[in-house]
Amino acid sequence: MPKGILGRKLGMTQIFDESGFAVPVTVIEAGPCVVVQKRTSERDGYTAVQLGFGEQPEKRVNKPMLGHFKAAGVKPVRHLQEIRVEAGEAFADLEVGAQVRADVFSAGEYVDVSGVTKGKGFAGTVKRHGFSRGAMSHGSMYHRRVGSLGATDPARVFPGRRMPGRMGGRRRTIQGLKVVRVDADRNLILVRGSVPGARGSLVLIRETVKHKS
Amino acid sequence: MDVIRELEQEQLRRDIPEFGPGDTVRVHVKVIEADRERIQVFEGVVLRRSGGGLRETFTVRKVSQGVGVERTFPLHSPRIDKIEVVRRGRVRRARLYYLRDRIGKAARVRERRA
Repeated sequence: MPKGILGRKLGMTQIFDESGFAVPVTVIEAGPCVVVQKRTSERDGYTAVQLGFGEQPEKRVNKPMLGHFKAAGVKPVRHLQEIRVEAGEAFADLEVGAQVRADVFSAGEYVDVSGVTKGKGFAGTVKRHGFSRGAMSHGSMYHRRVGSLGATDPARVFPGRRMPGRMGGRRRTIQGLKVVRVDADRNLILVRGSVPGARGSLVLIRETVKHKS
Repeated sequence: MDVIRELEQEQLRRDIPEFGPGDTVRVHVKVIEADRERIQVFEGVVLRRSGGGLRETFTVRKVSQGVGVERTFPLHSPRIDKIEVVRRGRVRRARLYYLRDRIGKAARVRERRA
């Protein structure tokens, strides 16, 4: 049963679990989200729930969007995100205007977390693709250079050659993270391990697509 | 950031006695073996304290059957039942790594009298 919630990455820390082990966790302020619209197969050709997250003053919203929020009867929100669901599932039965809080997930579940990774700027091949670098001393004049781009005979570079370029700042999903703790009162979800993005950035938490018991 | 600080504050233990490098401590550790929990005592000299807040750790060294054994514990771990300070040591540095190179009488730490 797919379900999801939008949140803001707060940062990382560690937590001692029941058996006393220190577990690295990412703290995510998840929700409260509000259902702004529902997509149905009759009208839209697919079923989905559109979630809204984050406060937004009315004067910052343009008129078309204001109408969209008015139709749902909800306060304007900063971010909108659709979550694909199958008709008849519990998450698909949410009405427009319904709230989705952190307690849609519970400790022990596995989730996929999406976010936009930190931008690294124009990065070389060592950082961007994990190439080996040359010796830094002993007269080496080959430190972090690109190296060979291939054989000389084709007289061209084949497409897909890994080269320097922009790194980071792209949407990435980390799959199969374990939910360590959920604090519904403070709208917190603690997920084991790291999550894409900088502190304060928007993340989407969804039920994992890969089943892990 | 404040939420994270709050989460860490909640987990801090307030029953930890004050101790530092050079002190001899007895650490009562809860060990789980075959679904039974018992308490194991590790006694030795504190070599260092490292880190801060929830992540603070300390290292205890003892010589067991002629072999030096060091264990590093997270200070705020719930697996630690209690810490007893046996003896205060007078030392002049924060990290007592020099004890590793010494054996027998030379590896002693002078006692501090309050």
